[in-house]
Amino acid sequence: MSKKSFNPDVDVIEWTGTQRPYDIIKEGTIALVVMSLLVVMLSVLFSSPDDRPATLRQWSHSDPVDFATTAFSELNGSSGTAGYGQPYNNTPNATQTIGPLALQRWMGVRIPVHPAADFVLAPLATLPDNPAIVAALQQWKLSSESERTMWMGYYAKVTPSFSNGALHLPDVNAGPIPVLMSSLTAMARAGSLDQSLLGGGRNYYSTDYTRPLLFLADGNWFGGLAAKQHLSGDQWGMMNETGSYPGQAWLWLYTFWYQVPPFSTSENADSLIWGLMMVLTVIMIFVPFIPGVRSIPRRTKVYRLIWRNHYRK
Amino acid sequence: MSNATINRQWTTRLRKRVEGVLPPEKLLPDTQPSYVASWIYVFGVATLAALGLVTLSGLVLALKGPTWWHVSNVGHFVNSVHLWSVEVFFFSMVIHLWGKFFMAAWRGNRSLTWITGGVTFMASIGTAFTGYVSQTNFDSQWIATQAKDGINSTGAGAYFNVLDLGQMLMWHITLLPLAAIALTGLHVILVRKRGVVPPFADEVSA
Repeated sequence: MSKKSFNPDVDVIEWTGTQRPYDIIKEGTIALVVMSLLVVMLSVLFSSPDDRPATLRQWSHSDPVDFATTAFSELNGSSGTAGYGQPYNNTPNATQTIGPLALQRWMGVRIPVHPAADFVLAPLATLPDNPAIVAALQQWKLSSESERTMWMGYYAKVTPSFSNGALHLPDVNAGPIPVLMSSLTAMARAGSLDQSLLGGGRNYYSTDYTRPLLFLADGNWFGGLAAKQHLSGDQWGMMNETGSYPGQAWLWLYTFWYQVPPFSTSENADSLIWGLMMVLTVIMIFVPFIPGVRSIPRRTKVYRLIWRNHYRK
Repeated sequence: MSNATINRQWTTRLRKRVEGVLPPEKLLPDTQPSYVASWIYVFGVATLAALGLVTLSGLVLALKGPTWWHVSNVGHFVNSVHLWSVEVFFFSMVIHLWGKFFMAAWRGNRSLTWITGGVTFMASIGTAFTGYVSQTNFDSQWIATQAKDGINSTGAGAYFNVLDLGQMLMWHITLLPLAAIALTGLHVILVRKRGVVPPFADEVSA
């Protein structure tokens, strides 16, 4: 029977040398007290960030033209959400892939979002006692695809303005769209659109913010708020928090890849970076079994610093 | 009742198995090898202490509900304790992880100890992330809308919707903490069972 050879990166000679006293309960207690004091001190000194959430109401007050422009992009299907693909809709060729792996597409539409209906038409239909809106919705509903295309084409050529609390548009042959857009802007300014979008308007209770957040993220205003708080993707994005807080610093490697080519210029950046991070994670977890990688500690000899007292003896 | 009957009981067998694998002197040792003398060892117990603070402050926040800390000074302080204990937890954990890497702490049949540590690190990242998107403020809105693209690109977004506060909060306060704490417990038991990895053998004999 052959005897397995000793591999210094895998095997050890178990310690039979001297022992020293060790009070594990005392150590744990001291650690808890010291960490408690440190955390309380940090909490008192630095508190924690808490910027109020952005709302559609706030958006339509701060930048009503951006709101109305985004609302129109939801109606005509040119918004980010409308062209997102899975899991929200079936927009062809919209999702990311890793080579032949189209994981996003394969999972299908599990959270259906129809921006024109969900963000514009359905919320307006909840407004009571407004003949102009009812008529505009009816006109839209009964119109043909070619009529809608014509109206949207005309509307797309004009630039809305905002004054005296209302959205203004030049005279344009855009059917019911001007009424729909100005009514939705007024609805948002009144604050009722935020609630209407929760849970698709079907439930009294809801904790699902998918629709209002997608709508917010489609506009420029929301991203502008984030950029002012150094939260944009090219500012190391979501690992940061508002203010000068460390945020999720442990995501530095994940966020780092977004800053460098080829990822920073790739259409498939998200899926490529997630794929890369999965590979690196598997390597990290299975280091003990990967020749070469598991030899790094022995070869770099950093352990001599850690066990310097031991080797000195 | 004969001893043979008692020895065949499931309870007796389990107790003897546990006693054999992890006798009290290993579970609660009063001595340790003389080479365990470096500041790097502090970060393991510091991580555990911080995890305790994270859990405690998180329990208070959970008892009062997800929006309490926005309207209460006490709530804001508890949230700050939760935030900073998470920061200190990850700081300690990352140093602990690098320290163990450079000790090649998987040697001597300790690979499962390393693996449970690595998986605990990943579970902790997931727990922290779901916490960040459950803050019910601007940070959570922005982080969620940014993170959705990455998660959706893996296909997981079809079932793990970061824009759904209710879903994220449940992951954050039940599933992921349970996983992180259970993994931590397993990791600590393995450390106690196998002991702290000795220095490299070639250097011992050098």
